[in-house]
Parts: sequence; structure tokens; C-alpha cells
Amino acid sequence: MFAYVVRRVLATIPVMGLVALFVFSLLYLAPGDPAAVIAGDQATPQDVERIRASLGLDRPYLVRFGEWFFRILQGDLGLSIFTNLPVTTMIAQRIEPTLSLMILTLILAISIAVPMGVIAAWKQGTLIDRAVMGFAVLGFSVPVFVVGYVLAYIFALELDWLPVQGYTPFARGFVPWLQNLILPAIALGGVYIALIARITRATMLEVLQQDYIRTARAKGANQSSILFLHALKNAAVPIVTVIGIGIALLIGGAVVTESVFAIPGLGRLTVDAILRRDYPVIQGVVLLFSFVYVLVNLAIDLAYTLFDPRIRY
Amino acid sequence: MSEPLLQVEQLQTHFWTPDGINRAVDGISFHVGAGETVAIVGESGCGKSVTAMSMLRLIPEPPGKIAGSIKFQGKDLLKLSEKEMRAIRGNEISMIFQEPMTSLNPVLNVARQIGETLRLHQGLSARQAEDKAIEMLTLVGIPEPARRVREYPHQLSGGMRQRVMIAIALACNPKLLIADEPTTALDVTIQAQILDLMRDLKHRVGAAIVLITHDLGVVAEVAERVIVMYAGKKVEEAQVGALFRTPRHPYTQGLLGSVPKLGSSLTGTETRLAEIPGLVPSLKRKIDGCVFASRCAYATDLCRKLAPALEEKAPGHVAACHYAMKEAIAA
Ligand SMILES: Nc1ncnc2c1ncn2[C@@H]1O[C@H](COP(=O)(O)OP(=O)(O)OP(=O)(O)O)[C@@H](O)[C@H]1O
Ligand SMILES: [Mg+2]
Repeated sequence: MFAYVVRRVLATIPVMGLVALFVFSLLYLAPGDPAAVIAGDQATPQDVERIRASLGLDRPYLVRFGEWFFRILQGDLGLSIFTNLPVTTMIAQRIEPTLSLMILTLILAISIAVPMGVIAAWKQGTLIDRAVMGFAVLGFSVPVFVVGYVLAYIFALELDWLPVQGYTPFARGFVPWLQNLILPAIALGGVYIALIARITRATMLEVLQQDYIRTARAKGANQSSILFLHALKNAAVPIVTVIGIGIALLIGGAVVTESVFAIPGLGRLTVDAILRRDYPVIQGVVLLFSFVYVLVNLAIDLAYTLFDPRIRY
Repeated sequence: MSEPLLQVEQLQTHFWTPDGINRAVDGISFHVGAGETVAIVGESGCGKSVTAMSMLRLIPEPPGKIAGSIKFQGKDLLKLSEKEMRAIRGNEISMIFQEPMTSLNPVLNVARQIGETLRLHQGLSARQAEDKAIEMLTLVGIPEPARRVREYPHQLSGGMRQRVMIAIALACNPKLLIADEPTTALDVTIQAQILDLMRDLKHRVGAAIVLITHDLGVVAEVAERVIVMYAGKKVEEAQVGALFRTPRHPYTQGLLGSVPKLGSSLTGTETRLAEIPGLVPSLKRKIDGCVFASRCAYATDLCRKLAPALEEKAPGHVAACHYAMKEAIAA
């Protein structure tokens, strides 16, 4: 087990290296001369030259990548072209709202979607099942920003129950924090809930057919123990896998959600950086998101052993 | 006469399928006395497992529908609420299934699976349940029980899994144990071991057993009374000695066809039910005459028109055949 963990952690290093190379290349994959693009329409040729030199564009590509990568390893993501602040500082300032949003969405989505899928499977073919499946289709097909605006309109503008937008740091209290985040989390969680509920239902339908479920009934186990202990534990591996893969959806969705609800998080930072062509910031944020994604999936791989004793590393 | 432990009257379990009603069990009556071992034999698909599962109400409804009455200690199980039924399952009546490889939950350890019934029905703590689980493993003859109890099904052989199933079934000292072909899926040598274990435990635990099997050798060794099923109906019932000596129904005679006489070696595979030419009729059509008529060498027009009633052909020996006289039909 320990050897496996070490091996898996080591295996993420080349993955992260490739991600870094890709992120670094973003600047050069973008159409046009990056220096000219950054400098903008009003720039003189001198300005462009200056920017080119400051970006180090006059030196060979791989050398620059090497230097950049070495700095990243030391935790230095460079300076923002726009604010001249270190990218790490800018990320640190913006990370709490995004992290809060993602964690709340994750908790909300799992605690709604899993029971939904379980109950739909149990009541297969009934109205409840169809309602859940209908909701899942809806969750997939309605874009995050539409859900976001509709929720904000109903609960914030019309009913005035919740703030329309903004963010309150956790340090200022759980309730205000939650009040600001609940609508964004629901908006962001829609697709994710749909995805988890569907896979839960499908896996549970299969598990409920198994002989050991009949054994559990023959032992006198009650319905909730059959569903949530005997069956769900057997269905856990595919469900957890989808939860992990779905983190990518959350990351993408967070960017949109933060714009809709004016949350000063990494998503907003990313959008602003893209609009300003602030490449070091873009690179830093993308690198961070990729890193989180790889780590989450590593954690999920390791979590399999908790659910299924047949999986041994 | 005092009331038997289990009294099944006119049990009917039908399945509503897209292509018609499957009359898997069609009006069966029998009883099981306290501590008695009754075997149910019959070809594949004749409704043995459905009968067994109906007794614990484990049939999915729909598509299934159970009718009749199943009196256990005087209470009709078919009239109990689901909650009352749960208190009986695994406690007063327990069941061992045909498929030891798949009947245990792969993600729960042995302690948890044996302990579950103890915690549910006897309110034991997790700790007490584990101790009792170790005790049960010792009882069913699993070596190193303290280690095995922490293992998962995939770490156990088929024979050991069936022993664990038996341990689960017996943990709460049930009054009735339903064993649905407990040895069919196992190797021959393991079959003999499991059978020995069941016989041994029967004497120690004192539970009544309904034993469903294909294997007439098993019947001869373990059972006191035998019920022969055909196409969802009981066609013959007798004490085991009488049935082997003088089978009354042509179907039973066919089953016994090549089986050595009682008293000669009755273990092993050669005592499996003999092949009877022809096929079990579809259970989806209502049959007017005798259900066995289409395969019976003695069948007449009467058999094809009128279903024979179960008749007592000798004391304690009933058969459903127009031509089964007070003595055995000459074969
Ligand atoms: N859930 C179900 N839905 C529809 N039909 C069913 C269902 N369960 C059982 N049956 C039908 O009931 C009939 C009797 O099946 P059963 O399993 O009782 O046979 P069996 O005597 O136990 O056979 P075997 O010796 O092969 O185990 C079969 O025709 C089967 O298709
Ligand atoms: Mg069967």
C-alpha cells in the first residue's frame, strides 16, 4: 500500500511536467506575436521590444521553459504584467472564495445527488424515479449562468431572502458566508448533481440485482440498511470516480459562476487576466487548477481501498 | 394433534411477465413439524426456489404475487406487516442460498455479516456480535476463526463461504432453516463436508429444516419426509423410506429411475435425479389435465382431461395420480 502511494505520487510528476509545458506554451500557442498582443494597439515598436525582452522572448524556447519551470518549483510564478504583483500573492488573495464555493458545492452536490440516485434506483420506474431522471436531464441541459441568474432573480431580487452577489469571508461568520454562497453553489452544482445522481442510479440498479442483496433481506435488514449499507458500499467505486472526474466541471463552472455572482475569486481573476492578456496570471491559475485536479484524482484512486477490500495496491 | 411449526396452505406464487402469467408455484400445501427435516425435490424450474423464497416473502412484488397462507407458529406470514416480517427473517426463519460464491456481500467482512443478524435481532453491540461471530465460525468448522472473521468473502473458498452462510443462518437459533440446494454449487468432496456439517448441526441446534435439492442421495441421508414437486405443484409426499421403496407417482418413479436402492451407497453424483424424457410444460399456460400427462408413459385421455387430486395412497403417503393404486404401480 505505502509503496503504491509513493509510486502513484511519483507518477504524477511527469503528468504535472507535461501540464506545465502546456501551460507555458499557452502564451505561444495564442495567435500573433505575444509581445505585440500584450502591448496592445497603441504601442510603439519600442514598447513591443521592451515587452519582448521583459518576457524573455528573445531567448530560445526550451531555455525559457527550463528557467520558468525551475522558478515554479521554488514557488515563484512570476509577476503580473498588469499589476506588477507576484502571481502567487494575487492567487492567495483570491483563493478563499473559490475554495469555499467549490467545497460547499461538493458537499451540497454529493449529499443531494447520492440519496437521489439511490432512491430513484430503489423506486425504479415510478414517478419518483422519473422525476429524478427528469431533473438530471434538466441539470445537464441548462447552462450554469441561466440557473444562476434565475436563482438570483427569484431568491435575491424578488423574495429578498439572500444577497444578490458578492462574498463574505468565512472569518466573518458561517451564516453570512453561507448566505452569499448558497445560490452560487446551487447554480454551479446543477450539472454535477445530475451527473452523480445518474451514475448512482445506474450502479445501484445493477447492485440491487445481486444475490447478496437477497441475503441481506433474508437476514431481516431494513430497507435503508439494504440501500445505504449493503448496496451503496458496493456501488461506491464508480460513484466516487465520477465525483473525481466531475471536479473538472466544477472548475470550469466556477469561472462562470463567479462572474454571475460577482464573487472575487480565482474565476474572476482568470477572466480578468484573460481580458488583459496577463499571461503570467493565466499560467499560474491554470497550473494551480491542473494541480488540484491531479491531486483530487490521486486521492480518489487511493480512496477506492476504503470502499472495496478487493482492490489492493 | 398439536399444530405443526409451519403449515403452508394452497401457496400460489405467480409472476406477471410480459408474455403471460408464470404460475411458478401453483397451490402447494405442506407442513413441517418442529425439528423435522423435509426435503423438496424436483427438476430445475419446477418452483422449488420460488417456494422457499415465498416462505420468507422474498419474492419481488410485482412482478410476483403470493397467495394462500403460510402459518408459522400459528401466525400467517402473508398477513404480517413488512416490519413484523423483518423480525422473523434471519431470526426465527433463516435461509441458505444456492449460490455461495455470490450470496455474501463482497465489501463487508465476515464479522460484520454474521454479526448483522445478532445486532438486528438480539441487540448485541458490535463487540459482542464479533465474539459471537467467532463462536459461530468455530461451530461451522472454520479453522482460525479469530483471523477469518476479519476477512472478506473473496479471501474464502466456496466451501468456506457456504459455511459462513450457515453460520449466518444459525446465529440467532432459528426454529426453521430453509436450505435451497446448499451443496449444488460446490465440489463433490466439499458437498459431503457441508452435508455432514448440516446433519451434525441439525442435531445440535434442533432447528426444523426445509431442504431443497436435486440430489436424492442427500435426501436419503438427511430428510425424514419428502415432497416431490412438478411444474409448480406437489405431486407426491411420503416418509423418505416409503418414497424410495414404493414411489407412487410415475414422475417420482422416473426421478428414482436409475437410483440404487436405499441402503446401498447413496453419496456422490450418480444419485442425481434421473433424466426423464420430454420437457416440463410451460407454466404460463393453464393446464386442464394432469401436469405430467405430456411426459407420462401411462397417461390416458382421463389424465389429459381431468387433473388428479392428491389422494392418500397409503398412510402418510399422498400422490396426485389417477392410476396410482393403493400399492405401487408396476413399473
Ligand atoms: N422474479 C421472477 N420473475 C419472473 N419469473 C420468475 C422469477 N423468479 C422465478 N421465476 C420463474 O419461476 C419458475 C420456477 O423457478 P425456481 O427458481 O423456483 O425453480 P427451481 O425449482 O428452484 O429450479 P432450480 O433447480 O434450477 O433452482 C421459473 O419458471 C422461473 O422462470
Ligand atoms: Mg432453485
